Amino acid sequence: MAERPRGFELDWWLLAIVMLICLVGLLEIYSSTHNGSLHGMQWKQLIWIGIGFAGMLAISRIDYTSMLDQTPLLYILSVGALAVALVIGSKHFGARRWIEIWGVNLQVSEIVKLIIIIVLARYFSEVRTDRLTFKDLAKIALLVGVPAGLILLQPDLGTALMLVPVAVVGAFLAGIDWKHAAGVLALGAVVAVVGWNGHFLKAYQKQRLATFLNPEESPRGAGYQILQSEIAVGSGGFWGKGFGKGSQNQLGFVPVRYSDFILAALAEEQGFFGVLIMMLLYLALLLRLIDNAQKANDRAGMFLVMGVAGIFAFQVFVNAGMVIGDMPVTGIPLPFMSYGGSSTIFGFFALGLVMNVRTKRFVS
Amino acid sequence: MANWIGGDQKIPQGRLILVSYLVVLGVLLLLVGFWKLQIVQSGHFADLAEKNRVRSIPIIAPRGKILDRYGRVLVDNYPSFSILLLRDEPAQIKKDLPQITAGLGITAADLQQQLVEARGEPKFQPLIVKPEATDADLAFVESHRLDLPELELMLVQRRKYPPNDFLANVIGYVGEVSPEQLAQSGGSRYKPGDIVGKAGLEREYNDILTGTDGMRRMVVNSIGKPVRTLDDTEPIPGKPIQLTIDADMQQVAEQELDGKIGAIVAMNPQNGEILAMVSRPAFDPNDFSIRISAKEWGALNSDPAKPLLNRAIQAQLAPGSVFKILESVAMLESGVPPPSYHVFCPGYGVFYGQVRHDWYAKGHGEVSLHNAIVHSCDIFFYNVGIRLGLDRLSYYATSLGLGKLTGIDLPAEEPGLVPSEEWEERVYHHKWYPGSTVSLAIGQGPIDVTPIQLVRSISGIAMGGVFYQPHLLKDFTDPKVVHFPISDKTVVEVVDGMYGVVNEDGGTGHALGYPILAQAKLQNVEFCGKTGTAQTISAKGLLRLSAAERRHFGYNTWFVGFAPKHNPEVAVAVLVQDTHLEAGGVAAPLAARFMKAYFQKKLGQPIQELEAHAAPQKASLEVTSAKTASEAHN
Repeated sequence: MAERPRGFELDWWLLAIVMLICLVGLLEIYSSTHNGSLHGMQWKQLIWIGIGFAGMLAISRIDYTSMLDQTPLLYILSVGALAVALVIGSKHFGARRWIEIWGVNLQVSEIVKLIIIIVLARYFSEVRTDRLTFKDLAKIALLVGVPAGLILLQPDLGTALMLVPVAVVGAFLAGIDWKHAAGVLALGAVVAVVGWNGHFLKAYQKQRLATFLNPEESPRGAGYQILQSEIAVGSGGFWGKGFGKGSQNQLGFVPVRYSDFILAALAEEQGFFGVLIMMLLYLALLLRLIDNAQKANDRAGMFLVMGVAGIFAFQVFVNAGMVIGDMPVTGIPLPFMSYGGSSTIFGFFALGLVMNVRTKRFVS
Repeated sequence: MANWIGGDQKIPQGRLILVSYLVVLGVLLLLVGFWKLQIVQSGHFADLAEKNRVRSIPIIAPRGKILDRYGRVLVDNYPSFSILLLRDEPAQIKKDLPQITAGLGITAADLQQQLVEARGEPKFQPLIVKPEATDADLAFVESHRLDLPELELMLVQRRKYPPNDFLANVIGYVGEVSPEQLAQSGGSRYKPGDIVGKAGLEREYNDILTGTDGMRRMVVNSIGKPVRTLDDTEPIPGKPIQLTIDADMQQVAEQELDGKIGAIVAMNPQNGEILAMVSRPAFDPNDFSIRISAKEWGALNSDPAKPLLNRAIQAQLAPGSVFKILESVAMLESGVPPPSYHVFCPGYGVFYGQVRHDWYAKGHGEVSLHNAIVHSCDIFFYNVGIRLGLDRLSYYATSLGLGKLTGIDLPAEEPGLVPSEEWEERVYHHKWYPGSTVSLAIGQGPIDVTPIQLVRSISGIAMGGVFYQPHLLKDFTDPKVVHFPISDKTVVEVVDGMYGVVNEDGGTGHALGYPILAQAKLQNVEFCGKTGTAQTISAKGLLRLSAAERRHFGYNTWFVGFAPKHNPEVAVAVLVQDTHLEAGGVAAPLAARFMKAYFQKKLGQPIQELEAHAAPQKASLEVTSAKTASEAHN
């Protein structure tokens, strides 16, 4: 396909939506951190956005079909890297998630998320019928399960869980038997029970889940985070307390208010109105991604875009649900809004894949 | 060519549209969730946010001062700093512990203990690690603001009591409100950690003395550090109380009883005002104003000398011969035996088959009532007591104020006991032995009185049967007055006898009491009184003891007197416990010196008693209040 002329077409609408989300994120990061020891964080986040943006441009220019050709290698490399990270990775906050290369800490699992999207896109596109067989499902489970298990061992429940929507969305679009779907749900329930009772979850992960079920039990203990987040959101009212004026946010009651709980900070200072606008922005982002999927040149491209959309949707629903106490605290950030190098860069890289697919449709 | 190409390239548009709908639905559900919190429950969460943000810290209202009858300050407050340990960051505390204990001069073990005990309490509740910070402590905290941020200072008002245990048992002390008091108040009146009166006047008049705490509202951050002050509600200080106590007379009484075990209580018979009240041994209430250690408290509580007991209202002892005054009233009022009754006293008598000795073995010879009072003739009163019988004795004793509460405005007054047949049967399940009436006739046996009862009773008799409720508060509204009319003839006869005790040759109080008044050129003070001695163990029991053991079972000696003879303006009861001298030897001169001081003061003369050996003590009292005043200005 090298003879095919290469065009370059960015989805400006998608980019505009993402940039708006980034901008709100920067402002809220500033508001949450400006009067403490963390001040200046918005500039760091701006650098992450810059790096991510550059990465996005680069990825959007690599023909995704060539990436799909390399899936076995990419998959083996990523599983290997995860294993290496587990063994020699440097410990941050008690979890082995990072490999240090040339003095830079790389969070391997973020790259692995991208690779899993690509691997699954290829797998799904190879299914030629309109119904996945049981064997197909088992293979998918294995493909996702191995890296997810390794990530879980780091331990990083949030990132491990993020691989699940890629498989779920893909399976749904590829066509899944309702009986199989029911079976998968049942299996999921069994895994959850075994995971809870066995030694697969760390104590703090169990604590978080238990807390999620009953946050008021221990206001100064583990339920504290959820309760404080709810207080921040609830006390915001319709119009909010104003930029930089949320007491829950400014006085530090909201946990990691610049990152995982940034939506709580926003909800307090900008009220339901601000939340409504943010939710509409995320809705626009997701619908725009689906639009791109619909217009993809081939099924592989469609699965790529929907893998990305699946992860973003999962992040938005779990994070926003967590902030209002409807989801457990699993450490899943809000895409493009939460402070964080790895997640921001991943978001833009994923967008790069989407742009890539979009570019492709004009050339074939 | 990669094998992923070439399949069915149809995009599942229908499913993608379904996914879009799911996304819209998901976002709508989230918005409903936000709506519930931000619109429906907004008020509730706004309250919670406000509670998070605003911490109210009480500004302790100073307790009211306690003044003597002339407005002199007896109990004051002084500002003092407590050092608090904020417990938000246990790791930090653990690290800094050696520096903190060294800097504040407290032991690591004590601090650890406090930390362990406080584990159950909310983290934002700081620990008081040093209740009374010295200048050095303050300097330590100030200079380590940056590296020891967990240390904080709190300004409090503390009680300043007079030194040398002055008036200690009357004033009482303050302490942290007890769980029982908290429960009783229903949580509205007190909050944990409040300082309340625990004993004495501090407790009796706690409601007056306690002010209303103010409140400082502060904005705090998530680790409890104050960010800024919102507003202050000023505390309303407690109201002062003015006592009937005369600090000078109190000082005299304190000195008189120094080193002894006993009590002195002086009262104005015409209105019930208490001029002085001392109980010894006493305690230093200042120990309680900071925080009494478990060790000190244990020592005070288990001390066999019972320093926490206010003997003036709580010592329940046999009145001894003082009871003869009440018996005389009973005899004259009931006419049994007739007023002219007299007996021959050979120094002993046989009653109900038992030989009883007079305290004066040689005997008093022919004795009338007057002489019997003056010489405290036991044989005379044995005979009178038998003729009166238990019922009359206990009727008059009770009517004249014994065996029941006087109603003085102090907590924990004891009622004492006057026996009756009904009481004997209820308690001992047998009939009253007539022989017990013989003992009762000289104030021995099953009869217990308190010094305050005796002073009120004798005052009432001297007043012709008008008994005032003793009280310490100057503005005491409406003191109860009990009228038990006694005929003038009876009063004259009994008072003459008591005058004789002090003023006639051979009177039991004369040799020791009168010369003191004479020496003070107060001869025209008509001082009347009665001695009393009660064995704390029966005479037979005493004989069985070795000389060394006998020392522990001395006599309780009494003197109750008043002056002047007509319209008395001061009455005093003196109790000295476990002494080996008889009453005349200990209690009477003590009472006489008190009277001397009273009249010297009344006549505007210098009070010799205070001038002589008490000068340094009085000075220190004044210095204390001056110092308190200057501290308050700081």
